[in-house]
Amino acid sequence: MSTREQILAAVRTALKDAPAVPDIPRKYRLDGEADAQQRIDVLVDRLEDYKAGVTVVDEDAVPATIRDLLAGAGSYVVPAGLDPAWLAWETDTSRIRYDGGAHGARSVTELDATDAVVTASAVTVAESGTIILDGSPDQGRRAISLIPDHHVCVVRSRDVTAILPEALRRLDGTKPLTMISGPSATSDIELERVEGVHGPRRLDVVIIR
Amino acid sequence: MKIALFATCIVDAMYPRAAQATVAVLERLGHEVVFPQGQACCGQMHVNSGYLKEALPVVANHVRAFESEDYDVAVAPSGSCVASVKHQHPMVARHAGDAALEERADAVGKKTYELSELLVDVLGVTNPAAQLGSYFPHTVTYHPSCHGMRLLTLGDRQAGLLRGVKGLELVDLPEADQCCGFGGTFSVKNADVSSAMLADKTANIRSTGASVCAGGDYSCLMHIGGGLSRQADTIGTLHLAEILASTETEPVAVPGPAGRTVKVVAK
Amino acid sequence: MSRTPIGMPGLRPGIGNLFAEEKFPSAARRELGNSQLRKNLKHATSTIRAKRLAVTGELPDWEELREAGSALKTSVMARLPELLEAFEANVTARGGTVHWARDADEANAIIHGLVTAQGVDEVVKVKSMATQEIGMNEYLEERGISAFETDLAELIVQLGHDKPSHILVPAIHKNRTEVRDIFLQEMPGVDPGLTDEPRRLAMAARAHLRAKFLTAKVAVSGANFGIADSGTLGVVESEGNGRMCLTLPETLITVMGIEKLLPTFSDLEVFLQLLPRSSTGERMNPYTSLWTGVTEGDGPSNFHVILLDNGRTNALADEMGRSALHCIRCSACINVCPVYERAGGHAYGSTYPGPIGAILSPLMTGIEAEENGSLPYASSLCGACYDACPVKINIPDILVHLRGKDVDAHRGGLPSELDVGLKAASWALSGGRRLAAVEKLLPLGRAAAGRDKKIKKLPGLAAGWTQSRDIPAPPAQSFRDWWAKEHKRP
Repeated sequence: MSTREQILAAVRTALKDAPAVPDIPRKYRLDGEADAQQRIDVLVDRLEDYKAGVTVVDEDAVPATIRDLLAGAGSYVVPAGLDPAWLAWETDTSRIRYDGGAHGARSVTELDATDAVVTASAVTVAESGTIILDGSPDQGRRAISLIPDHHVCVVRSRDVTAILPEALRRLDGTKPLTMISGPSATSDIELERVEGVHGPRRLDVVIIR
Repeated sequence: MKIALFATCIVDAMYPRAAQATVAVLERLGHEVVFPQGQACCGQMHVNSGYLKEALPVVANHVRAFESEDYDVAVAPSGSCVASVKHQHPMVARHAGDAALEERADAVGKKTYELSELLVDVLGVTNPAAQLGSYFPHTVTYHPSCHGMRLLTLGDRQAGLLRGVKGLELVDLPEADQCCGFGGTFSVKNADVSSAMLADKTANIRSTGASVCAGGDYSCLMHIGGGLSRQADTIGTLHLAEILASTETEPVAVPGPAGRTVKVVAK
Repeated sequence: MSRTPIGMPGLRPGIGNLFAEEKFPSAARRELGNSQLRKNLKHATSTIRAKRLAVTGELPDWEELREAGSALKTSVMARLPELLEAFEANVTARGGTVHWARDADEANAIIHGLVTAQGVDEVVKVKSMATQEIGMNEYLEERGISAFETDLAELIVQLGHDKPSHILVPAIHKNRTEVRDIFLQEMPGVDPGLTDEPRRLAMAARAHLRAKFLTAKVAVSGANFGIADSGTLGVVESEGNGRMCLTLPETLITVMGIEKLLPTFSDLEVFLQLLPRSSTGERMNPYTSLWTGVTEGDGPSNFHVILLDNGRTNALADEMGRSALHCIRCSACINVCPVYERAGGHAYGSTYPGPIGAILSPLMTGIEAEENGSLPYASSLCGACYDACPVKINIPDILVHLRGKDVDAHRGGLPSELDVGLKAASWALSGGRRLAAVEKLLPLGRAAAGRDKKIKKLPGLAAGWTQSRDIPAPPAQSFRDWWAKEHKRP
């Protein structure tokens, strides 16, 4: 008998009393009640609590906002599918490092030498301040939003849900998903929260009204 | 209402005044109290120490004793023993494969109340000063025992009753929800950890400046009081029932330094 | 170690870092003597308690989420064979490889084989209870492979040649100054001017590990969740070391206990709310990674998951105890436990300390394993753990159940003082007349008390009581006696 068979047999032996399979009481909230404005307000509050930078802007102000946030960056990586209008202001295109699609993949060394990254996002949960990336072309592969020390992330208000269950329903669970709630942090020393460890130490969120 | 008193073994043998006070309070409200003679103990010490087999006759005795008398509800001046009657008795019977006893234990458990639960929920006591003449002119802090707080979810019932006693100043106990470290045989099997928990509890009690630490369980109060006494502290321990029973004409004696009782002197 | 498992045929008790080296009371006594440890634990646990209460209290449906979490886990255990098979099929279909390990040795051998197949002698590690439980680092070390801990607390423990003492914050027993000293002594190339400011310490760890992340070929992780109907795995973390390990190396090896499954992806809506709020007391942890098999062009191209039994089926076979397997390793029970707060994690001997460890370790290894027989008694049964548990594991009831098993396992041997005492008490307390007869002896107790009406020293087991508490002199008359003789009906 293989190890697999032995373990499965042991599980069946352990369950020989045939325990009942209970119904799952899903009496918790499946949908939030907050309207669009409330969702944005809550999201901003949560992100600020996590010590992320937050800007809420109209669609046409996105490029200028990104430009300002990247002012100090010598270089930044962007996924191949990022809306080009968001970078239309860039005069020094040598700062931009495209990743994915026809551009191919940047090496980790190259990413490590890049100051910032700009991505869009898939879905965002207001209540917990959680931005979810799913690897779509405007978000790119996971490494690009991880290695550069500054992440500028654009969130569209139509992608903001009030609570988590709504957000998960909008996702394909088999895509590589990264849920981001603020910059990297640790509470490992005396349970005191310190923002900024291995992941990006600076997170700026641009919310489009 | 006819109320059966479950004195609990520790109160019966060591702190009879808590049961006497319970009787006094209930009779003052105009109820008839009966004492089922066959009663002894809830058996919790056996259950919690893993001696389920030895707990069985104790549980069976309790069920028998509280079936043999006619009454409306039963009451005990202990959250822990009531929780045992309600939750552990059916479990002990089930463990022994005695379905009939389980059912009977369940029926007894459903009729059994902790004192503050009975007073507040059933007998409608909202103002002990007015309804019971409760008078206790002292600064008191209150330790909510774990089983009453967590297993019976007594919430504010005991503290609420204390606040309604004339002359009583209730001061908050820091880290009140922390266990005092008693835990039955835990206090001897893990005496060092238990003593460390007790030391923190008594330090917190001391920090309140109260002259009395009140509670709803004499097991915990024996532990806390034993610690305070060993530390030669002047703070006494009293059961909620004793404070509720205390009146201007018949004030309860406050246990003072070195375990002696001192005369009550109004502030 | 004495292990004579009585359990069911076919079930194997767990091995590895699950055994206490000494009985809890004596280990606890030693740890209690460390006042710095007491101070560190008090500070850390009171901080986290306040945070947890704030973020669990703000959700209007917290209790409903707990109910759902509890039911989901009960359902997983009841359906475990089919869910394991579905999980395996889905991981395989998505390009991953599934391995099965009956115990720690088998899991370690599989990991070793996978690492050497890549021709490397080092791996980076995400904090994982499963790899701690099986003692992977030591196993690989003995075979010339270095495993680098990348979680800050695990790094502190590893550099300090220490053992974890908490499942969420393994270095909780160290304060900032002690951490600084460890870094100064053990971290190559560290700035000698390093201060003990937590931010500076975190930055030192970042600098120390950066190159490792960027060059590692193989990573080892645990998993918080495995989704049966998709083969998805999830790791919940804070620092980004998890993302580094799960994303950058070519080969990823994930070790997951067989009980970690959830039926479907949407069930994460329950657990991703319960876990972070119960654990670090945050609304959400900074990073959660979810991945399914291998994704072309994104992350590791060579993915293995090892399904670990190591005594879990032993725990599953215990009808009363199996809900201990519902544990999602949040550590809420540990943070509220008054016994843990005083004794610290090392006193429990096992990878799993605190209330959950006091039930999980003996359930996995068998209560007959003598080293773990004292663990179920390491609780005053105050119930704080049950209140805090996000999946409502009734830890106090399971503790009592295991005490019962322990007592029964020792029946027939030489009776202990407690055996004799409780047997006598059982007789005395099973009848009103019997108790009344015993109460006639109360005057003896009064005689034993001193002039101050206190009993200050007792022999034997009761000496544990009188080490820090007096017993008042018994009353002259029992209540029962007073009732019969003096109570006048109104």
